[in-house]
Amino acid sequence: MEALSVAFGLVTAGDVKLLSIVGLSLSVSLSAALIAALFALPTGALIAVGRFPGRQTLTIIVNGFMGLPAVVVGLLVYLLLSRAGPLGSFGILFTPTAMVIAQAVLVVPLLTALTRQIVEDTWRQYKEQLDSLGASTIQATATLLWDTRHSLFTVLLAGFGRAVSEVGAVMIVGGNIDGVTRVMTTAIALETSKGDLPLALALGLILIVLVLTINALAFATREWAQHRFG
Amino acid sequence: METIFPLSLSGVSFVPDGTPVLQDVTLAIRQNSRIVILGANGAGKSVLIRLMHGLIVPTAGSIRWAGSEVRPRAQALVFQRPVMLRRSALANVAYGLKLADIPRPERRRRADAALARVGLTHLAARPARVLSGGEQQRVALARAWALEPRILFLDEPTASLDPNATAAVERIITDIHTSGTSIVMSTHNLGQARRLADEIIFLHRGRVVERTSASLFFSQPQSAEAEDFLKGELP
Repeated sequence: MEALSVAFGLVTAGDVKLLSIVGLSLSVSLSAALIAALFALPTGALIAVGRFPGRQTLTIIVNGFMGLPAVVVGLLVYLLLSRAGPLGSFGILFTPTAMVIAQAVLVVPLLTALTRQIVEDTWRQYKEQLDSLGASTIQATATLLWDTRHSLFTVLLAGFGRAVSEVGAVMIVGGNIDGVTRVMTTAIALETSKGDLPLALALGLILIVLVLTINALAFATREWAQHRFG
Repeated sequence: METIFPLSLSGVSFVPDGTPVLQDVTLAIRQNSRIVILGANGAGKSVLIRLMHGLIVPTAGSIRWAGSEVRPRAQALVFQRPVMLRRSALANVAYGLKLADIPRPERRRRADAALARVGLTHLAARPARVLSGGEQQRVALARAWALEPRILFLDEPTASLDPNATAAVERIITDIHTSGTSIVMSTHNLGQARRLADEIIFLHRGRVVERTSASLFFSQPQSAEAEDFLKGELP
């Protein structure tokens, strides 16, 4: 209970250390979600619209990778970025850049699978009309991405939520270095193991509020779009 | 403008997975026709329209436009339930023009004109999907009309509409025909068929049983199937 009140104190006082950790978490995970979306949204839409051999297999693989364990992604990216790895010469292991890469890789399957599902549902409604108007596959894909934009925004939020709350990947490729690569989840893990519960709790509270806010935002977006655009 | 008529179907069948939906259809459609396709549910009306429009490919037989197998662009299809994109009514009309490679300034002009012709100028900026069913169907008609088709196919365009909206849609179809576009539509509404058709194509279990002038079809149906159909339908 005492830990809880100290935690509230840290949050309300705007503790500098706390704020820098929260700030890094937000910027790393937001960048990761955005970068992943650049790849995942068109890919998911093309899987939904395209007719090519292996499409079903690809769908199953992407769906399966939605639940990719974060530590495994961390390990793979670590191997890629480590001194002896293929991308070792960039020297970005244990930097925020490495964390962005790891989280982007982590959420790409999630964003791709959700995008495919949403676009495919809409494609089913639109297919005859777009075929009738003579839309090419690329034109149809672009139209569907634009027409599902509000749902895809909530997909982006889901990706951000997954990234900001994972601990395994950023721990491995970031290293949890104080003031450099320490984010909310790695800090919680460390402070808990050290026994500094107030800071861990304060971060935990912020994380929960953040995740709730994301979900509320996603819900509000859907409601607004349904009302405004039908 | 090069001609696309006659549209001729020769021995056209559509038999997906062994179940015959349409069998051995041979017919020709001339310029300025106004044809209504009648028949019970499952007779193959929608499939015939989709085959002629080119959405599906026949499993046997051939479809030719003025002797050529190339599907011309100057044709459009209006569905029973209009598919409205999540954008304004005007943008929905302009979208069809964009896919038809019409340059942007021209697109805007033609979309504005088409919406005016269906009486929806005042709703041009409204999101299309929040319009009423009747208004949506008029946007769909404007989208088709803006393409300046030589032939317009309509698949039960008023089946989900109330009488007022139906009357509006019928007026627009008549205007489109008057502007020089051939009309081929299916309907379940016999009153509508009487009002709009010059000719009737009557389908029964996937075959064309009768093709006659509308006045003859309603006064003296030539086949027993058509006679039963006319008796069975409510006026």
